[in-house]
Amino acid sequence: MEKLSLSAWLDEANASTLSFGRFCLQTQALELELTEIELSERMKQTLSVMQQAIAYGLTGVRSTGGLVGGVGLQLQQYSTGDQAARSLLGPLAAKAAAYALAANEANAAMGKICAAPTAGSSGVLPGVLFAIAEDRGINQDDLSVALLVAGAIGMVIASRASLSGAEGGCQAECGSAAAMAAGAVVDLLGGSPDQVGHAAALALKNLLGLVCDPVAGLVEVPCVKRNAGAAIIALLAADMALAGIKSVIPIDEVIDAMATVGRAMNADLRETGLGGLAATPTGLECAERIFGAKNHPLE
Amino acid sequence: MNLFDVIGPIMIGPSSSHTAGAVRLGRLARELLGEPVVAADIGLHGSFARTGKGHGTDRALIAGLMGWQTDDARIPHAFEHASHAGLTFHFEMVCLGDSAHPNTVVFALKGQSEGVLRITGCSVGGGRIKITEINGFPLELTGDFAALVTLHQDRPGVIHSVTGILAARAVNIAEMRVSRRKRGSTAVMVIDVDGAVPDEVVSEVAVLPQILAVRRLNPVVE
Repeated sequence: MEKLSLSAWLDEANASTLSFGRFCLQTQALELELTEIELSERMKQTLSVMQQAIAYGLTGVRSTGGLVGGVGLQLQQYSTGDQAARSLLGPLAAKAAAYALAANEANAAMGKICAAPTAGSSGVLPGVLFAIAEDRGINQDDLSVALLVAGAIGMVIASRASLSGAEGGCQAECGSAAAMAAGAVVDLLGGSPDQVGHAAALALKNLLGLVCDPVAGLVEVPCVKRNAGAAIIALLAADMALAGIKSVIPIDEVIDAMATVGRAMNADLRETGLGGLAATPTGLECAERIFGAKNHPLE
Repeated sequence: MNLFDVIGPIMIGPSSSHTAGAVRLGRLARELLGEPVVAADIGLHGSFARTGKGHGTDRALIAGLMGWQTDDARIPHAFEHASHAGLTFHFEMVCLGDSAHPNTVVFALKGQSEGVLRITGCSVGGGRIKITEINGFPLELTGDFAALVTLHQDRPGVIHSVTGILAARAVNIAEMRVSRRKRGSTAVMVIDVDGAVPDEVVSEVAVLPQILAVRRLNPVVE
């Protein structure tokens, strides 16, 4: 796969005086042989799937393996209404976290989702984007451009490192999702292309080294709750970048570091369900409860 | 890889490899059989066997055998639909050894008109799949392209005749692979093409004297 460079794209956008989102809309429409309107429509359909996933999750659904369910709803109830002030995060961040949990719970319950970038990390972008859209009254057109920014960042990560937990650990899934969401938010709120790059770098740096250690090998524990964590880190990274804070290490180099860290990870920590939380006494007990002592899931 | 691989696919959860990839494997297997499946013996190897149930891999495979897409909301209820559709199935755990991909499935399928087919395939990550064996013939079929697959007698000129028909219909060949059991016996050919395979190509190839079977496959990416 050809190695892409986010810095090069950001420079091009800068030189053309376009926002990075507009730049992505132009270049990706050309690349995909679609009109800008067609591409934007595709993104709106995707946004609608994401929104429905949040709604499905908020009905309190439980997962196929039975380990997770109902926590998106639980956080939403805790952080809204009469006692909303008790949420430490505040309404916007609490909503992003609740939505991220809900969308990923929809995934765990065999609901319809958009894998962006993966099914296991499919709550982060919906959580962040829809919390901000509702809070700031952002329309679907602008949101669809933000999704393209997220996609561009994800494509660079896929080309230089990986988006797969089996190859790069959870940093490649929830870490990438956070970087994509952070960059998307900065563009959505009028940040410069440079700030988009810093936001993505700051988010990814904060999740560098995160292992993929699913209990019983299922996309449930700790995946669902990590989606909430990644959403909060994306908001923090966006806030920092919009405040003018820079990542000392440029985005492409952060992605390359993520690739190196992924390669250094033991296979037990790359989606095999053999290490980390999966190998704790409780993790093993969960696996035994679901699959039985003899590990015969289909008997 | 393009934008829609990163912002997508739209799918039924929870796992692109264990759920979406499983749907695609089932669907490609059905297309290779070339008719509705009435009975399926399905062997699951490695991670498909170990964690398949929690990922809905079993239901996803059956959904694929019924020709469904990865985002079909009925996937969680595929078993009920299968019994209405007259598809009986049986799962078992198989061990194909260390060299097999951890997400491997072996289908033994029976079609409506008594056609039978044995297919091995694996889900290699992110919803991407690979069929690696059909009726004992090793081959590589990724579903990245629309494809024409033939089972034919291993005689001089067969490949020429088939590619000639494609050329006459202005269909461009992207990639092709041929394998045979032994000299002069039967052979399998996979021709990946740009765009779609027109109906006429399928009917013209089907009547060539050395052709035993021909199938047209759709790309797996919906």
